[in-house]
Amino acid sequence: MTNNNGRFGIHGGQYIPETLMNAVIELEEAYNHLKNDSAFNKELTALLNDYAGRPSRLYFAKKMTENLGGAKIYLKREDLNHTGAHKINNVLGQALLAKKMGKTRLIAETGAGQHGVATATAATLLGMECVVFMGEEDTIRQALNVYRMRLLGAEVIPVKSGTATLKDAVSEAMREWTSRIADTHYCLGSVMGPHPFPTIVRDFQAVISKEIREQILEKEGRLPDAVIACVGGGSNAIGTFYHFIEDKDVRLIGCEAAGRGIDTLETAATVSTGKLGIFHGMKSYFCQDEYGQIAPVYSISAGLDYPGIGPEHAHLHDIGRAEYVPVTDDEAVEAFEYLSRTEGIIPAIESAHAVAYAEKIAPDMGRDQIIVITISGRGDKDCAAIARYRGEDIHD
Amino acid sequence: MTRIASAFENKKAFIAFITCGDPDLATTAACVRSAVENGADLVELGIPFSDPTAEGPVIQGANLRALTGGVTTDKIFDMVRELRKDVSVPMVFMTYVNVVFSYGAERFFETCKETGMDGVILPDLPYEEKEEFLPVSRKHGVDLISLIAPTSENRIAMIAKEAEGFLYIVSSLGVTGTRSEIKTDLKSIVDVVRQNTDIPCAIGFGISTPEQAQKMAGISDGAIVGSAIVKLIERYGKGAPEHVGAYVREMVEAVRNVS
Repeated sequence: MTNNNGRFGIHGGQYIPETLMNAVIELEEAYNHLKNDSAFNKELTALLNDYAGRPSRLYFAKKMTENLGGAKIYLKREDLNHTGAHKINNVLGQALLAKKMGKTRLIAETGAGQHGVATATAATLLGMECVVFMGEEDTIRQALNVYRMRLLGAEVIPVKSGTATLKDAVSEAMREWTSRIADTHYCLGSVMGPHPFPTIVRDFQAVISKEIREQILEKEGRLPDAVIACVGGGSNAIGTFYHFIEDKDVRLIGCEAAGRGIDTLETAATVSTGKLGIFHGMKSYFCQDEYGQIAPVYSISAGLDYPGIGPEHAHLHDIGRAEYVPVTDDEAVEAFEYLSRTEGIIPAIESAHAVAYAEKIAPDMGRDQIIVITISGRGDKDCAAIARYRGEDIHD
Repeated sequence: MTRIASAFENKKAFIAFITCGDPDLATTAACVRSAVENGADLVELGIPFSDPTAEGPVIQGANLRALTGGVTTDKIFDMVRELRKDVSVPMVFMTYVNVVFSYGAERFFETCKETGMDGVILPDLPYEEKEEFLPVSRKHGVDLISLIAPTSENRIAMIAKEAEGFLYIVSSLGVTGTRSEIKTDLKSIVDVVRQNTDIPCAIGFGISTPEQAQKMAGISDGAIVGSAIVKLIERYGKGAPEHVGAYVREMVEAVRNVS
């Protein structure tokens, strides 16, 4: 769906400082060469299977299905991957790519900390140095993940600039990359940033929908009626959508973090409240003011707390192929508790946004219809924060 | 001859960068006048952006102070209108592409022309993306100024051939901010530039001392200084104009003394 300039419709592109241009060109060339290289793919598949634990399960959520009384619900269990989220799919791919390019150091941004943990993990495994930029606010919200990264040997740099959240971590990682390129690969964690990142990350995450497709055909003999995933930058969502884009009967639903509501300023629902802009290397939709100043966004979920959305999602929205719906903090927290009590699965608060929307639409669907929800990560990291949200004073 | 070309005519140019609205637009205007009275040949006006990814901590801080103070693109155009009543040196904007895009490229460049801005520098608009804005900037006779970085290598000739106004050569890897030492082999970059274009080139990023400015102007056609000036404004606030003037005078003398 991407052309040579990395455009998805009008979105995407390479709006970055000249200092980084040769780095992204070199990355694109290396990726185009290696993506069809059988030795590279064999090595990556071995890592994904033997180390990360793929393929992840497609689990029929019988109790949830019965409780909602409508469509059959399947959960794509990315939370069962090593390191506890879908992030490892992309990171193993990029880390291996970087290593083949001769890079010895990985830098990354992280919001909830899952991408940072995955990057730290891959760096350790492949013998690379690792530095993770994390908004100071998020280092407090996700203190456990900060410890995990340090335990894995990574350096974690709290970012104090701006709103001290995910967007500032991305900005700081980009600044770091401009100052040290020769030995360093910027392991971007979502389907965002300048070309070729949205394409590379999507390709590495597309394994999610490739597996869902095979698994649901095996279990049900047909494709699902809807696939649902949460969207911040949108990597687990594009991974969930990708192999269904051509199947027009499969609804593709992305759940954005509405925070305290899309009629408030405390929201991170980009498609619902943003407008077209150019930021962090890409043209897409961004929450911003009338002068193009990027808005401070808010969500209970540190991983969805980002003022933009990946360019391929912006395009899928433009052409009406995918739907993007807002889900509030309250709804996500309720879904977090709902899935824990119904299925004994504690989802990441990010993934709980997708669960919440499935709860809304499943009862109105037929019992012969099928919904697949991607549980992008596990919720252990969120327990302390959700307890506090519910008024219980516990800490990590 | 354009105003930008005249800034480099028969001399090495000293280019001063100031973030608009830090701490307020009246101080910005006074700093611009003070810089010009003390010999600045060209002034870069920074339109603040919420997330300036090419800037180091000093200019990031200035952007934040300016935005917190309520500065907007429209208020900055108003300031430029006032400045143009008595300031005749070339002035260019330095900002981020979303500021221009959200204002509307057509309206932005039209207002640049109307208020008397000579050029625009967009650090997050590389060669590959400039076609989106070039027809509009050209239509209004505003130069879209290109940058060349230490990593540009095989791209230098391509960028230089299509450059307009002047070429901004980034001295070092990384973001804006003062540096004790500039290690890049800038001479060989300038050589390639000169083989490919007649427009002037100036070096920026990391320059703060008269010695550095003199050395950089010696290699190229001028020196650009931002963070060092912004630091003075941060330190002296509304009282900054006289300090900016004194600093600019010293830097201009150093640049003029290039043999």
